[in-house]
Amino acid sequence: MFDNEELLKETKSQALNSETVGDIHVDDPRIIAKNINVFYGDKPAINNASIDIGKNEVLAMIGPSGCGKSTFLRCLNRMNDTIDACRVEGELFLDNENILDKKTDVVSLRAKVGMVFQKPNPFPKSIYDNVAYGPKIHGMAKNKIELDEIVFKSLDKAGLFEEVKDRLDAPGTSISGGQQQRLCIARTIAVSPEVILMDEPCSALDPIATAKIEELIYDLKKNFTIVIVTHAMQQAARVSQRTAYFHLGNLVEVGPTSKIFTTPQHKLTESYITGRFG
Amino acid sequence: MNMTVILITLVLLAASSYYVGLKKSVSIQKSEKLHSAPIYHGSLLAIYSLIVSLLFILIWRLFENYLYPEFSLSKNLIFFLSLLVFLITALIVFLKIEKNFRAREKVENIIEIFLLICSTVAILITIGILLSVIFEATRFFSMVPITDFLFGTHWSPQIPIREDQVGSSGAFGAIPLFTGTFLIAFIAMIIAGPIGLMSAIYMSEYATKKTRDIIKPLTEILAGIPTVVYGFFAVIVVAPFIRSSGEYFGLNIASESALAAGLVMGIMIIPFVSSISDDVINAVPQNLKDGSLGVGATKSETIVKVIIPAALPGIIGGLLLAISRAIGETMIVVMAAGMSANLTANPLEAVTTVTVQILVLLVGDQEFDSPKTLAAFALGLVLFFMTLILNYVALNIVRKYREQYE
Repeated sequence: MFDNEELLKETKSQALNSETVGDIHVDDPRIIAKNINVFYGDKPAINNASIDIGKNEVLAMIGPSGCGKSTFLRCLNRMNDTIDACRVEGELFLDNENILDKKTDVVSLRAKVGMVFQKPNPFPKSIYDNVAYGPKIHGMAKNKIELDEIVFKSLDKAGLFEEVKDRLDAPGTSISGGQQQRLCIARTIAVSPEVILMDEPCSALDPIATAKIEELIYDLKKNFTIVIVTHAMQQAARVSQRTAYFHLGNLVEVGPTSKIFTTPQHKLTESYITGRFG
Repeated sequence: MNMTVILITLVLLAASSYYVGLKKSVSIQKSEKLHSAPIYHGSLLAIYSLIVSLLFILIWRLFENYLYPEFSLSKNLIFFLSLLVFLITALIVFLKIEKNFRAREKVENIIEIFLLICSTVAILITIGILLSVIFEATRFFSMVPITDFLFGTHWSPQIPIREDQVGSSGAFGAIPLFTGTFLIAFIAMIIAGPIGLMSAIYMSEYATKKTRDIIKPLTEILAGIPTVVYGFFAVIVVAPFIRSSGEYFGLNIASESALAAGLVMGIMIIPFVSSISDDVINAVPQNLKDGSLGVGATKSETIVKVIIPAALPGIIGGLLLAISRAIGETMIVVMAAGMSANLTANPLEAVTTVTVQILVLLVGDQEFDSPKTLAAFALGLVLFFMTLILNYVALNIVRKYREQYE
């Protein structure tokens, strides 16, 4: 049995040393995060995290609850703006633009960096209107035919079209949880983002629905850059190419997924993936 | 012997019988396992005896005058008889207490019946009110034809003292009253609906916590101001303002107008709309808002396209509450809109409402069998049905919407 007290002491001393182990850089970066610090009020939530996110890769972020992985994810499309006490420092580049800059237009940023949430959150509208919501707002379709095309394509990419094509007028809340989550993915895809952020997208779903979403993530990789936060380590292992391990606000280790799960370099990463804390 | 003394004695007896029952069951419990906990045996003994003796007194009082008038004066007799009834019931229950006695189930039953009675009281009283109004209204309709009342366009509820008096026939056409009511309620809703909804949106979505903590209580103060004070405000400030601005445009506006009453009533019901809308908008889950912001919608797009539709049932509820408040309001109208029953859709003229006329008809010394007085009940009856239909329609809209999206 592992000595918990010893582990806690070790954890605290490690937390002070915020050097990230492994290679944070990639050859073809889509997003470059430099020295990101996040505070909730006076409480630091993320401590000096730097990482590149590559083109057409799936980056998984794992770590114990409260380690800051969701907070980091929400920096990437400035969703933290909706939390009053939250303050983000550092630099975050998407297409050579610092998206943390006050002047950045969050509306167009969020159209470029879409987000899928933990709990399926379809709007109280029809399936069709759920998907058409984003394109309508951004004026992406000139007429009904174009809108139809965007909606059908998005539903198809989300692997949902065959299941709902006969009831596009049914409320988005009337389909099953797994279908709702795929509807939310379709809604995100519909505004043709470059990056899709997923915040524990399967935590509210059963294993079959989870498997479908994982397959979908695998397919979406061809067209999008995906950052996924997950609690299920097997899921990270199955869907991602690179994995980042967060611990108490520190980005502890980054590396190819196969390496992280077989030969982790950092002691904390090893403790986590072998199930000593979680 | 005073009735209060009887009641206090019975309650004291009940308390002591509780301990008697408790003691007996506890002593049984020492040797055997009881079906019900001792506390139920004690409670049953107390409640049963109390109920039976109180019922006895009630029935006695109801029937003494019919059956035994000679005993009716003897309060002492009632007292002793009720004590006797109490003790006999207590004794019977006491003897029944043994290890298999199902006291718990019986106590639960009594509680259930008690709760049922409580929940039917409101229904029974509503039916009672309705019946009393219907009864008086029927008497009115026997004097004035119902079609004249419902479809008549002239309201002048004067009853001649002499046969040959000028204007001897009273007219009871209720249409001017209802148009007046709806005109004022409509003006009030035009004011309160948008302002209330907008302020709710500001408070729940834009305001910081500090601002909200100041604005919300202050808005709710509006609901606590007595309507008479609103009436003063209408008469002293709003009506002269409307008249002078009318003069500026060359309009001749009476100092009593539907507009003045409607405006002030609208201000009065703002808190009904804003407070309820604010609550339901806050109840819209954060993840719906996040979902909308997450695809790049702005705050206002999110509010218009996601939050309001999701909160609509609650908002409609708030609006309807405000409307029924506006329809039932009397004081402001008496003071600001006058009492003359004009059939008009012009908000600059004086109008009157149903509730004001009910007030006018019933004030002062009136005979209770003249059409003039009874007309008040007919008006009340129609008003009752209108609000009933309004509520029914609203509930249906809300339910349909819920079924669709939950």
